[in-house]
Amino acid sequence: MNIIVCVKHVPDTEAVIKPHPDGSGIALEGSNYVLNPYDEYAVEEAIRIKEANADATITVITVGPDDATKSLRTAIAMGADDAIHLNDPAFLETDSQGIATILAAAIRPLPYDLILCGKQAVDNDCAQVGAALAELLGIPGISVITELSVETGKATAHRELEGATEIIECTLPALFTAQKGLNEPRYPALPMIMKAKRKEIKTLDASALGLSPGDFAPRSRRLKVSSPPPRQAGRVLEGKVSEVVTEVVRLIREEAKIL
Amino acid sequence: MDFKYSEEQEILRDTIRDFAQKEIAPVAAELDAEARFPKDIVAKLAELGFMGMMIPSTYGGSELDAVCYVIAVEEISKACASTGVTVSVQNSLVCQPLLDHADEEQKKKFLVPLASGKKLGAFSLTEPDAGSDIANVQATAVLEGDHYVINGTKIFVTSGGDADTIVLFASTDRSKKSKGISTFIVEKDTPGFSPGKKENKMGMRASGTYELVFENARIPKENLLGQEGEGMKISLRALDGGRIGIAAQAVGIAQAALDASIEYSKQRKQFGKVICEFQAIQWMLADMATEIDAARLLTYRVADLKDQGIRYTKEAAMAKLYASEVAMRSAIKAVQIHGGYGYMKEYPVERNFRDAKLTEIYEGTSEIQRLVIAASLLR
Repeated sequence: MNIIVCVKHVPDTEAVIKPHPDGSGIALEGSNYVLNPYDEYAVEEAIRIKEANADATITVITVGPDDATKSLRTAIAMGADDAIHLNDPAFLETDSQGIATILAAAIRPLPYDLILCGKQAVDNDCAQVGAALAELLGIPGISVITELSVETGKATAHRELEGATEIIECTLPALFTAQKGLNEPRYPALPMIMKAKRKEIKTLDASALGLSPGDFAPRSRRLKVSSPPPRQAGRVLEGKVSEVVTEVVRLIREEAKIL
Repeated sequence: MDFKYSEEQEILRDTIRDFAQKEIAPVAAELDAEARFPKDIVAKLAELGFMGMMIPSTYGGSELDAVCYVIAVEEISKACASTGVTVSVQNSLVCQPLLDHADEEQKKKFLVPLASGKKLGAFSLTEPDAGSDIANVQATAVLEGDHYVINGTKIFVTSGGDADTIVLFASTDRSKKSKGISTFIVEKDTPGFSPGKKENKMGMRASGTYELVFENARIPKENLLGQEGEGMKISLRALDGGRIGIAAQAVGIAQAALDASIEYSKQRKQFGKVICEFQAIQWMLADMATEIDAARLLTYRVADLKDQGIRYTKEAAMAKLYASEVAMRSAIKAVQIHGGYGYMKEYPVERNFRDAKLTEIYEGTSEIQRLVIAASLLR
């Protein structure tokens, strides 16, 4: 069984989020970049499937800059077998649709039964790449799963809905995006970190994938990034209970316009 | 000169930071209050390869460099200094001397289970009248047939009561003083050996400190580590390495104190503003950060020397001296910034304060470090 896990190299969740003064994006200089936490669930799930299927191999793939090898090696240290780094300066300017196109071009020639992604990356929170990739590959795409069981030729996944669990069965190959709760990702053991260090990572650029810039040109454009308006200080009403209650009801109706 | 972490150092740092903050930090106050050794946490650390970090994989270790080792000890100590010293002692004072001095048989028998973390080790040198003054070790080892018979009392042994294997120093020839000290590998079930009382310490309470009693304890003569009379040399070399671990531990405590102080000073309001807006607080934070950075760089530098195989006795003493004093100063400032709350056990800086003090004392007091540094200057 061949498992592919798509991952992203993202600022860790402790990074201070501040827009650039010119509104062009987020200033993240000096932040520590890590394997996207939702992708950790995807990697962990792949490793668990491999542990139950001796013949399984896990390949992690990322589209990212030079230092994204850190996230690929983190996945290898957890237990993935191979890694492919899709690295081209032109890739950095695209959008979710473009990333899915690049991933699809890399994945098409590979044998695969199962593709796992995180449900979204914690940087831009678009949650689009997984679904778009399934569509481009023409395979079933099941998003935001909390449980997965794989048999020969088919898989069953659980999705948490509001107040209910949806159970979906599909044929393989298929793509799943991992939600928190799918599993508890393991910590990489030190000897595995050293093994990952020595692992050769295959790097492919646009021309190696047979892609021209028009193939992954962004179809959406970020206009402006700004901070949310600062929170106003609360108001304290004083006086007799009956007066305060009347005033609160008036404020809720007329100012907050909730009622 | 390169001040950048390598990719594997970053992965290691993220991994151990994540582990320490999720698995150790939430229980650190409780472990301290109950003076409880965190067996389960140490078992998990062992599984991940943290108990024999610098030991080759052929002997069950993780085969990392010393820079990785200090990164790990700092992160663990930031969450819980007691767990930090447990890891430091196992790596630097137990596994390392076995790697450096044990013969092949001894390595297979003792180093492999220690480096893979299946067994816990202790290093037992100090006595009521000997520690830094190693020539005055009173415990004796007398060869009788195939066994050494050990008699004596050891004190202040980190992990002594929890350990499976102890690196022990005893005199095989009192007339030769320091040249008569020898090193032995003692297993915990040795008849005649028993842990004595557990000390009731001010800080570092989740690391047990024990008295060890030897009454005609017979150990096989093949458990002699190195040659008879090499004990002083073995202990000094081990302690040079140990000081790297304690320096890293001290940096971790200091960083914890700074992190807590930044957090608190951004929340605490007095006179209508958060106290981090007062210059008095800012100066303390700035001084702590600067000193901690300097201590960390000294620690990385000595770790790098060890990795290069360059003698590092002076640099280890400098790193340990400076980092431990920075830990204490940072903890004092952290308690001050927290005001009355800093004196209460609800806040972690109270524990940082008590833990920091020991880093200035064990594995050579600050005074001994200064003697070591001066000796190397005046050589």
